[in-house]
Amino acid sequence: MTWVFDLWTIVLVSAGGIFFIAGTTGLLRFPDALTRLHALTKADNLGLGLIVLGLLPQLTSVAAGARLVCVWLLIMLSGACVAQLVAHRIRQASDDEP
Amino acid sequence: MAEFLFGAGCVILLVVAAGLVRLLRGPGSADRMMAVQLLGTGGVALVLIFGAATQQPAIFDVALVLALLAAFAGLAFVQASGSDK
Repeated sequence: MTWVFDLWTIVLVSAGGIFFIAGTTGLLRFPDALTRLHALTKADNLGLGLIVLGLLPQLTSVAAGARLVCVWLLIMLSGACVAQLVAHRIRQASDDEP
Repeated sequence: MAEFLFGAGCVILLVVAAGLVRLLRGPGSADRMMAVQLLGTGGVALVLIFGAATQQPAIFDVALVLALLAAFAGLAFVQASGSDK
């Protein structure tokens, strides 16, 4: 029965790693600061979420799983808020240029 | 399973290191801040993977503190660069 958990972990952590690679490629290759912010916020946070989901069967207690999910929720909320503020700052900076 | 998780952690470490090129090249301070945010998110992913691979759930508290510090770093950047008017 543990092979199901191992397969779940392998598939989801690999998918999370692929999304991390995609998000970082977007951060490096996109032409504009706002599009780079979009790639960073969406793809990298999705990669982290998939990694957290993949790691959940490997833990031995429910409390550790709850802590993992709390870290994920904190990253998502803070990432969303900081992304909005950074986007506002980017828009202000581009308006200041002649 | 632990070997696979360590391998996945190495992949994420390499990806984050490649993303730090934006720190050098970024034509604005917001781009450099985004590279630091990537470092924070990638670091949290790494710490979570290592905590699960070594079966030490106490490491997840380190990930929590790192996530908080990354959030405050982003807010401090916005505050500092916004009040330069």
